[in-house]
Amino acid sequence: MTERIPASLRTEALEQLLTERGLVDPAVMDTFIANYETNVGPLNGARVVARAWVDPEYRARLLADATPAIKEVAWGGGANGEHIVVVENTPEVHNVVVCTLCSCYPWPVLGLPPSWYKDPAYRARVVREPRTVLAEMGLELGEDVEIVVRDSSSEVRWLVLPERPAGTEGLSEEELTALVTRDAMVGVAKVSAP
Amino acid sequence: MTNIADMSGTSGWGPVSPPDPDERPFAEPWERRAFAMTAFTMGRISGQNLDAFRYALARLDRSAYLDDGYYGRWLNAAELMLIESAILAPGAVDARARRNAGEDVVEPPAPEPARPDYAATAPGSLRRIDTPPAFVEGERVRALAVPPPGAGKLPGYVAGHPGVVDLVQPAHVLPDTHAVFRGENPQYVYTVRFASRELWGAASEEFSVTVELFESYLEKA
Repeated sequence: MTERIPASLRTEALEQLLTERGLVDPAVMDTFIANYETNVGPLNGARVVARAWVDPEYRARLLADATPAIKEVAWGGGANGEHIVVVENTPEVHNVVVCTLCSCYPWPVLGLPPSWYKDPAYRARVVREPRTVLAEMGLELGEDVEIVVRDSSSEVRWLVLPERPAGTEGLSEEELTALVTRDAMVGVAKVSAP
Repeated sequence: MTNIADMSGTSGWGPVSPPDPDERPFAEPWERRAFAMTAFTMGRISGQNLDAFRYALARLDRSAYLDDGYYGRWLNAAELMLIESAILAPGAVDARARRNAGEDVVEPPAPEPARPDYAATAPGSLRRIDTPPAFVEGERVRALAVPPPGAGKLPGYVAGHPGVVDLVQPAHVLPDTHAVFRGENPQYVYTVRFASRELWGAASEEFSVTVELFESYLEKA
């Protein structure tokens, strides 16, 4: 067995081969990548959450049929977002999202998945011992809180509507948007007041 | 589905990594390029599809799946799809990388492309079907004891276990056949809730887990 070639060099080789054949255009790739580095990120999901916190009618629409409701306030199209379901975290019930079979994730509202979400330890363990895993990630839930793990095993994508933190009653929708984190929208954290 | 991609409940991975709120989408520059090339490969370049990509990931060996992380496995799945559609010859990527490193390696000639004879009936995975769903919300069901072979997406940890239908989701193309270009065969998808102690035994933490399962993966409980 010859020595394994580093992924960086194999990536470079593949790009050369495809470019020489006219199958990819590096400039088109640049544009595609830039979109995912700048536009497609958790700010979209945060806008949705903040709107749901300030507008009860919007919240009801979002929980009933999330995909069109998301498009009212944020870009919600593209890959990995054809059918999104939103579930609400409450003091009694805590939802947390995983994809055990790959790393399926609601790209239009959260961007590309963070490393811990793609990590075998998270994928393997959160469906087996979620309370322990959440504690390792810094979220200690009371014993009386019911945990529901959402394993995204098809093209359905899950987004968590976190609890609005106490003490944020006076904040504007824009200020609330800035508080909402990616981790809270996956269900491995709560949103904190500023 | 029982393969390297089906990680549910497997052990030996150690602790989870703590989230870094400031993490950027890509850790290394090559990951950006691997991401974009794979996205373009799975459709336009190889003539395959998203389910074929997932099936390519599931067929990687342990080293190809794990050693270079998420985008490493994307790169390896893209190479597999390109070889299977005869866009690239086996070994072409490694040969080019070795030549780039100054080794005296002969590169294999590009083969005659043989993209799958397949065209999607519509974009994406959602489809409308005329028949009503076989199961209703609140109904008790059981996941098949033996997961469908090949590209099927029944996670091994729920196989054979009873659960309750929480939600009936829209019909989606069936990965079992769509991934291998044998038709879309759309089916309803069900969000099925399982009790942790049913899956993992009486000593388990108490919680529930929902899994999206295609209609043909379920029977009445």
